[in-house]
Amino acid sequence: MGKKTPLFEKHESLGAKMVDFGGWDMPIHYGSQIEEHHAVRQDAGVFDVSHMTVVELHGADALAYLDRLLANDIGRVKSPGQAMYSAMLCETGGVLDDLIVYATGDPYLLVVNCATRGKDLAWMRRVAEGYDCEVVERPEFAILAIQGPRAIEKVKSVVGEDLVQEDIVGEGKVALIEGLKVFQGGWCGGWFIARTGYTGERGVEIILPEDQAMSFWDSLLEAGIRPIGLGARDTLRLEAGMNLYGNDMDESVTPLESNMANTVFLEGRDFVGADALRKQTEHDELVGLVMAGKGILRAHYPVFSDGTPVGEITSGAFSPTLGKSIALARVSATSSNMTVEIRGKMQAVECVNPPFVRNGKQVYKPRKT
Amino acid sequence: MAEFPTELRYLKSHEWVKQEGDVVVVGISDHAQDALGDVVYVELPEVEAQCQAGDEIAVVESVKAASDIYAPVTGTVVEVNVKLEDSPELVNEAPYVDGWFFKIKVSDPAAVEGLLTAVQYQTLCEAEEH
Repeated sequence: MGKKTPLFEKHESLGAKMVDFGGWDMPIHYGSQIEEHHAVRQDAGVFDVSHMTVVELHGADALAYLDRLLANDIGRVKSPGQAMYSAMLCETGGVLDDLIVYATGDPYLLVVNCATRGKDLAWMRRVAEGYDCEVVERPEFAILAIQGPRAIEKVKSVVGEDLVQEDIVGEGKVALIEGLKVFQGGWCGGWFIARTGYTGERGVEIILPEDQAMSFWDSLLEAGIRPIGLGARDTLRLEAGMNLYGNDMDESVTPLESNMANTVFLEGRDFVGADALRKQTEHDELVGLVMAGKGILRAHYPVFSDGTPVGEITSGAFSPTLGKSIALARVSATSSNMTVEIRGKMQAVECVNPPFVRNGKQVYKPRKT
Repeated sequence: MAEFPTELRYLKSHEWVKQEGDVVVVGISDHAQDALGDVVYVELPEVEAQCQAGDEIAVVESVKAASDIYAPVTGTVVEVNVKLEDSPELVNEAPYVDGWFFKIKVSDPAAVEGLLTAVQYQTLCEAEEH
């Protein structure tokens, strides 16, 4: 009996298979996670991600604070409402969480993971000491992600009808969506809408007051948007080469060994963990693996290079788009002769650079060794 | 609501068995396919393979986990469901019909009598859920 999002009854009435996720009762699928995966790649799907944590930063020092808190460089974000994906590190350079911050001015908006909520808020408040910056959680919001090639078109058809008397909020939301660049967000009528996502497809993520979430959900489904569970969310993000905190990285590894080096900017900066990263000259790499044979790569399976153990899989799954199994693995070495041990047998895998899929097609190339 | 056809016999490891003379057809139950989630691969035994009751004889790989399938009786594999190669989802869609796995010619046809009835198996499944 975990925490429930504002949409819990909707999931139950749709016959979702519910599981515990970080202390929340969440839908893993509504019938078939493979069908749900295809629906997002080919059409449009909606995810209830209200279990994630919405945080606002209030105060004149918010920018300086973010420069100290995050490995990515908020100073490089130029457009209002532009999103930035970043790791948040501890002193030893290990990853406390990954998150998205939107440069919405005062207050800045952040979304952090669900399972790390308590840890993150305590840490963020500690780092904020000495800065004129208040860390305020906003638990009264629901979050819905609508993703897929037809997601934006269908969402616009829904919000456009949501006309409120005094200010034409619906039209405002349509105009907002049409004006957003990829990876940018903005507020309208109490809703925050951003062109971000965790699937590798186009779409929006919408932060909205929880008392409006149920009727909005109904409208989305009426517009032909399929409800999508966490099972498909995981296979979609893996195909897109996106990390999952807790699997692909945690406090014991740095962003440099988590395929996140391009989100770290050390030069001239003094964020928490920077010195530790500067000293990390040698480290493992997080790489992609693809298995042509029948079988599924799963987390913790050992990985070998030329017969020598070099690491293990951090995330693995069957890729519905590719029709074969893919994985992320943290390894100390790679070669053109990689294998994974699956239930006692060595299976050949190809080492590649993620992402695996973009715009519904295979994009990975073998990793040069 | 899972189905438990009464003309079949079951094992607590969730296989079902249908007797056709001295051959039994084997698959996994509706309760099992629901717990596994989408089936992606099925590794079937070779035709003419000999097996003892309780041997690991096949593997089901689903999005969630890999599960071993056990031979319910002693005998020889006489046929396997080749359709599962291209359409593993048949296990989810029709676990008792098109989703069958393999057929065994039993050395002792009376062995099937010792397997669980639908009522016994259903009781076990319900106890599992609590």
